[in-house]
Formats: sequence, structure tokens, C-alpha cells
Amino acid sequence: MISAESLDVVYGTGRSRFRALKDVSFHVAEGETFGLVGESGCGKSTVLRVLAGLEETWNGRLLIDGTEVSKRRPKEFHRRVQMVFQDPYGSLHPKKTVHATLMQPIAVHRLDDSLARIDRVLSDVGLGSGFRFRYPHQLSGGQRQRVAIARALIVEPRILLLDEPTSALDVSVQAEILNLLSDIRAKRSLTCVFVSHDPAVIEHMCDRLSVMQSGQIVETMSVDALSDGRFEADYTEALLGASHGYQRAAP
Amino acid sequence: MTVPAPVLRVKDLSVRFRTARGVFEAVRSVSFDLGRERVGVVGESGSGKTMMGRAIMGIAPKTARVEAEHLEFMGQDLKSLSAKQMRALRGRRISMILQDPKYSLNPLMTIGEQVAEAYRLHGSHSRHEARERALEMLEAVQIRDPKRVYRLFPHEVSGGMGQRVMISMMLAGEPDLVIADEPTSALDVSVQKDVLRILDRLVDERGHALLFISHDLNLVSRFCDRVLIMYAGRVVEELSAQNLHHARHAYTQGLLASLPKLGAKRDVLPVLNRDPRWRDAPAVQ
Repeated sequence: MISAESLDVVYGTGRSRFRALKDVSFHVAEGETFGLVGESGCGKSTVLRVLAGLEETWNGRLLIDGTEVSKRRPKEFHRRVQMVFQDPYGSLHPKKTVHATLMQPIAVHRLDDSLARIDRVLSDVGLGSGFRFRYPHQLSGGQRQRVAIARALIVEPRILLLDEPTSALDVSVQAEILNLLSDIRAKRSLTCVFVSHDPAVIEHMCDRLSVMQSGQIVETMSVDALSDGRFEADYTEALLGASHGYQRAAP
Repeated sequence: MTVPAPVLRVKDLSVRFRTARGVFEAVRSVSFDLGRERVGVVGESGSGKTMMGRAIMGIAPKTARVEAEHLEFMGQDLKSLSAKQMRALRGRRISMILQDPKYSLNPLMTIGEQVAEAYRLHGSHSRHEARERALEMLEAVQIRDPKRVYRLFPHEVSGGMGQRVMISMMLAGEPDLVIADEPTSALDVSVQKDVLRILDRLVDERGHALLFISHDLNLVSRFCDRVLIMYAGRVVEELSAQNLHHARHAYTQGLLASLPKLGAKRDVLPVLNRDPRWRDAPAVQ
């Protein structure tokens, strides 16, 4: 479904030249959920931005659904590939109601039957149609993230890119959103790329994953290897191993 | 060995706001004692944990009504102190580490000046002495090349370094009580560990009492001796940190269960069902 070969992204020139991605290659099969883990600044969000077509300059080969995509994407591309961002406080327009937010992709792609679509997608993400005329400030963090997911789903994409979709949420709300995502993924047979810094979340959501460090993929493995702690690279051990999280020195 | 008097004694602390829709109680009769130990306060957003910390510091918003039967710091009644007396206490005896160094450091002063200022205010050191102390403190929070960092402005350092600078400022007055409000939530996971290690060591060496406010149950259980669980403005359960996984309150159990755990994959994560009775039921000991 997704096939990335030697992706390279460089920002700036001369002394401020910075290679954000170095020779990143991976494949994601149809219906699979692929995880990307790493510290901030390791390039995992940049990978998503390249996939989504938000990055202007990159090199390499990217095949989505069997066809090679270039830097400029046709409108039709964005019906197939959608993205959910980390911060539901920042990704929804504060002066637009849920209805107006959801109408926008419908207008862009000239979809028919807008009201029925909005009702359906809102009930899919567990919000009643009563939420249609609320503004973002009238919603909780979890409800906002549901609206952001609804906005991505309303064009019926095949691929969903998720950039830390639960790290701004409380743990109890995180569980609700993760369950919702698993549900929708099964119902719509979506292919997903899931970025997170939390190995437990990645284990819960993904089939396979790559560990990234300073713009490169260090190791790609199955989620079972992650569960059993079978790591090849030392860096993976340090990032995800048993010593994960803060351990207080013995008193 | 005699039992030392608690550093902080809180009894029936409540914080109320008058709103258009009636009185909103952000903190509802919270009571606890804090000795020279680390106590974690855990709760979700809106549970009142930050407001509680601010009420203790005396920096709750002006519109808030703070009431308590006891609010004592080292045997001194905080409620009876004037604003001026409180100011003398804040920073020197009680200090607070805030969440995001981006917003809480002064953008127009160099890092060194800010840390040195803390020494000059609290220790009446001379300018030269304050500078020496500030450099020592920057070294204590493991900033390599403190002389260089001394001259930098906050926007020139990373978040992790900014937070270490904040810790160094807040510990400058040798406070008896440190309130840390989500000190690592704005930081990168890998940096979090370093900052916690530094805080951990300094609190141990200097014997500060620490009130550690966080939304992260697991982190708190590893870092603290005791944990208070807050829900809807009240402490619903108090536990020793090792016993966190034997929590008895349904809310604490629900929070723990809803976390994905490495090596224990489940198809569906249990979702917390909030029981309206939790708001007013007595706390579980």
C-alpha cells in the first residue's frame, strides 16, 4: 500500500544545512498499521509529512497504492490519504463550528449528500449530531480529537496518518480514542502509519514498527519482537527496553 | 527517635470560584501532611491538582476564595500572613517548579542573571558572590560549560536545559518545600529522565520536602514515597507508591487499567466509567 524508498529531506543550505531524513525506506502492507517510534527531532513526523504531501522538498521514491507520487499531489490523492495531528487544541479552527469544519473537505472534494455524511461520520466517532453546532472551546480534549478524526474520515480515505494522536490527552481519554481508532480501522479496513513516543501505545496499535534516530531508521521489527524485548540495535534497547521510563536510584 | 513536625499541614483546604452558573469548587476539603518526603499528586486535567499547589503557594487567582481549617508551613499559619510576609516566604522557603520553561523564564534576561538574581534576593549575596553561586548551581544541575550557558538567553537553550535552569533557580533559596507542577510534561521523553534524575538527586541531598504534581501515574509511583489521587477536586485515595498497583478506589484502578502496558497486549482497552458517587464518597485509605 505504501512503499517508501530512500526518502531524503534536507532543510536549509550552507552552514545551517540539516538533513532531517537520511535514506529512509519502509513498506506498509494493505490493512496494516505501521508504527514509528523515536525521540523528538528524530524525523518521525517528517516522514508523515512527506507521506501526506505537506513537505515541499524531498528526494526518493514514494509509491502509494501502486502508483508513484510526485511532490505535487492531485486533489484526488488527498481523498485517499488523510492525517490526524497531535494537538486537538491547535488543529481545529477556533472560530468554526464542528459542522463548518466538516463541511470544508466536502466542499473541496465536491462530495454529495453532505448532511448525511456529517451525521454518519459523527456517529462513527461516537459523537451525536448534537455536537454539530459546537465550537472547539465547547468541547473537551477527547471530543476535539474525535472531531479531528471525523474530519479525516469524512472523505473516506484508505490511508490514515496519525501523528501522536493521544499524547495530549489524559490516560482515560487516551484509552477511548485508541479503542475508537482500532474500531474504525477494522470497520473501514484502513492502512495506518502511527507515530508515537510511547512503546506501549505502539505495541497496542501496530503490527510492525520502525525505530528512528536522527533521521534514520535504526531497526524495523514486528510488534511481537517488541513485546518480547528482542532488539537488534543497542539504541532500541536503550529507548524501549526494560529500563524504559524513570527509575529512582535505590535508596 | 521523635517524629519530626510536618513541613506542611493542610486540613480541609478548599478553593472556590464564583461563576455565572453558581459556585464552582475547584478544590474540595483536601487534607494531608507532608514531612521531608516526596508526595505525588495525581489526577486528570481539571481535577484541581494545580489549583491546590497554587493555593498552598498563595498564588491562586484573585477571584478564587481559598479557605482552610489549617494551612501550616513549618508550624507557621500561612492564612494569617500578610502579602508581604508571604512574599518573603515564597522562593526562599517554599518554591515552585512550573511546567514549561519557555513561558516561565524571563526572555529578556540571560540565564545566569536570572539564577544569580535568585541568590541575591534570597541570600543577600553580593553581585560577585551571587555569580559564583549561580555558576555552582548550574553545574549542580549538570549543565556542561556553565560559564557559556550563563551568558545565553532562554530562547537559546533547549527545553530540557531550560527546565534544569528553572530547577537551579528554584532550589537557590534552599527551600524547605518544593512544589513541582508537572515539571517534565513539556519535555521530550529522553530528556525527562535526565531532568528527573537531577531533581531526584538534589531533593535527596538537600532534604527538601517535595510535592510532585503530575498526570502520569507510573512516573509518580516510581518517583515518590506516597501518592494522593485527586478526582473532582478531592483526594479520593492515598497510597504508598509501592502499593499503587493494589489501589482500592475504582477510579485509581480504572486509570491504571486504561493504560496500555508493554508485554500485556489486549484487544480492547478498558475505558474508565465515571461513577457520579466518586464526587462525594469518602476517601479510601
